[in-house]
Amino acid sequence: MQMTMIQALRSAMDVMLGRDDNVVVYGQDVGYFGGVFRCTEGLQAKYGKSRVFDAPISEGGIVGTAIGMAAYGLRPVVEVQFADYFYPACDQIVSEAARLRYRSAADFTAPLTIRMPCGGGIYGGQTHSQSPEALFTHVSGLRTVMPSNPYDAKGLLIACIENNDPVIFLEPKRLYNGPFDGQHDKPAVPWKDHPQAEVPEGHYTVPLDSASVFRPGSALTVLTYGTMVYVSQAAAAQSGIDAEIIDLRSIWPLDLDTVIASVKKTRRCVVVHEATRTSGFGAELAALVQEHCFYHLEAPIERVTGWDTPYPHAQEWAYFPGPARVAAAMQRSMEA
Amino acid sequence: MKDKQVLRLHVPEPSGRPGDKTDFTYLHLSPAGVVRRPPVDATPSSTSDLAYSLIRVLDDEGQAQGPWATDIGTEPLRAGLRAMIKTRAYDARMLIAQRQKKISFYMQCLGEEAIAVAQAQALREGDMHFPSYRQQGLLLARDDVDLVEMICQLMSNEKDPIKGRQLPVMYSYKRAGFFSISGNLATQFIQAVGWAMASAIKGDSRIASAWIGDGATAESDFHTALTFAHVYRAPVIMNVVNNQWAISTFQSIAGGEATTFAARGVGCGIASLRVDGNDFLAVYAASCWAAERARNNQGPTLIEWVTYRGGAHSTSDDPSRYRPADDWAQYPLGDPITRLAQHLERLGAWSAQEQEATRKELDAEVGAALKKAESYGTLSGGRMADAATMFDDVFESVPAHLQTQRRQLLGNQR
Repeated sequence: MQMTMIQALRSAMDVMLGRDDNVVVYGQDVGYFGGVFRCTEGLQAKYGKSRVFDAPISEGGIVGTAIGMAAYGLRPVVEVQFADYFYPACDQIVSEAARLRYRSAADFTAPLTIRMPCGGGIYGGQTHSQSPEALFTHVSGLRTVMPSNPYDAKGLLIACIENNDPVIFLEPKRLYNGPFDGQHDKPAVPWKDHPQAEVPEGHYTVPLDSASVFRPGSALTVLTYGTMVYVSQAAAAQSGIDAEIIDLRSIWPLDLDTVIASVKKTRRCVVVHEATRTSGFGAELAALVQEHCFYHLEAPIERVTGWDTPYPHAQEWAYFPGPARVAAAMQRSMEA
Repeated sequence: MKDKQVLRLHVPEPSGRPGDKTDFTYLHLSPAGVVRRPPVDATPSSTSDLAYSLIRVLDDEGQAQGPWATDIGTEPLRAGLRAMIKTRAYDARMLIAQRQKKISFYMQCLGEEAIAVAQAQALREGDMHFPSYRQQGLLLARDDVDLVEMICQLMSNEKDPIKGRQLPVMYSYKRAGFFSISGNLATQFIQAVGWAMASAIKGDSRIASAWIGDGATAESDFHTALTFAHVYRAPVIMNVVNNQWAISTFQSIAGGEATTFAARGVGCGIASLRVDGNDFLAVYAASCWAAERARNNQGPTLIEWVTYRGGAHSTSDDPSRYRPADDWAQYPLGDPITRLAQHLERLGAWSAQEQEATRKELDAEVGAALKKAESYGTLSGGRMADAATMFDDVFESVPAHLQTQRRQLLGNQR
């Protein structure tokens, strides 16, 4: 059936709460109200207050209790209301969740999923717009996942809940209600009738560690994820460049084989993400591409990213790496 | 116009520094037996007085006094005394092994043995402790944790059950109800609350026990844990071991100067007790009280155990640089082993000869275990888990990038 990304995420949690008594869902405003983005709406009424509940405003407490629950044997799915708010949970994520299996030689493990809406485009300013994925990919022991459409969102979230590693599940909030391509002054496009908005009602998974070829092409490869998949698509359309757009989906561990195969085929590579540029995940992608594809490259690897500034409020669209910036990078790559 | 008052920053100081004699009146001790024992279903706010007084059972003559004195018979007490003697013998042997460079680092619990050992006795099989690094007594009070295996962890040798991944003393024993120790202080406090919440979610009967030192209560995880434990009425015992010192930092710098650590609990809606941690009978009784509350769905209990860190913080520390050298000898609540031995002697269930024989027997047992553990290699001896195993357990299975890095380690660049 047709679902928005919000409905697909809710459906994933609904399916898993129904299938596995050990799944619990909690976070700020998650219980009775159903979350500020409505992702958990109705789940408390359906599964009861001991399975779906509200948490105090304490990201460290939410993640810390989830680690204890996971060590007990539950599979907690917790929500950090905005990715910008995960910093108080840093110690619990980096030093604890990510390392528990390792430090105890698998005596204890922490199979938990931490959902957090990320990215800009909603006039959220510096505290409701960040894309902190590179802070997680730098940590050994964490999986970092970001879907770009309702079908992947549900299948990936189920795969994450069933996975025995701790997962950071980043939800591009600008995609919750439609495939936003960065053209902010045009009317919003809903998910309705989009092919990836056709979502099975029951259980299915999208495998982790697997990228998808979002748009096949031959002129150059775009490596991206989340909202920037649609921005890159718009850039290809604007520029007329036949770009092959790879949607990483699992940011880390990465499906390196798909990346290498595409770049070796097109011989040009543009990396696109919304997060700040320096030490961003694009730097890792550029390094991997040059390590594995250097002798195939016809042009320097281009990076299109957010600027190295905090996410501004009023100047949001000057900050956001929209289709024009991506198209210009594609053009430079083709002309090099 | 009124003159402006000049503002001054208050930086707390201990009442004794090297060369001085510590004034221990800051401890605000209560006489043994005088502090009331409320019913197990007491409301948290009604325990307020218990957070500022000090629950003691054993008086200076070794007699059990007052409402917290429970008659559990002499056998459990003899077992507890034996476990404390074993813990002290283990620590003494491991300190020497560290000086001999057989292990890289060690942390003893001299003077604090009663707290872990008595609580180990008060809890049940299946309960889960989330210890800090000075609760080895929880393991040594059990007869199903192999001393040799524990020492192999200290030596990071080929039989180290955690494969050399962690510093010495960071044990992990799920089967013995002992959560993996983290070197990041306070993190386990909130995790224990989560484990307890999970037990309640599942309708289980097992409870959790969280452990933290006075110093680490300043971390936000401590305060977060109090909030979550109160909010969800989690079945958890929240132990604050106030041994007065966090490395060189006196407990007043952690916020113990004008209040008690137990008082934090009352403010959060948690039943709270302040207890003599060197009094085995008091530790046992208070632990039982808290465990019963937890098992009855009456929620968490915070217990501040007032004790004294008899030794250095770790083998890397020299306390004579910041506190009087004879501080532990002067500590008014004494030595937990001496005090329980005195009590049992009064009951005719212990003697100086038995104590010496027990000490020798356990020292020999630890010595033999040490020798056996050494036969599997020491840190300096080079026999340890294969370096290639460092890529295991980062994730459940080894992903491609770590397979590549393992090949690189082994000398195969691709």
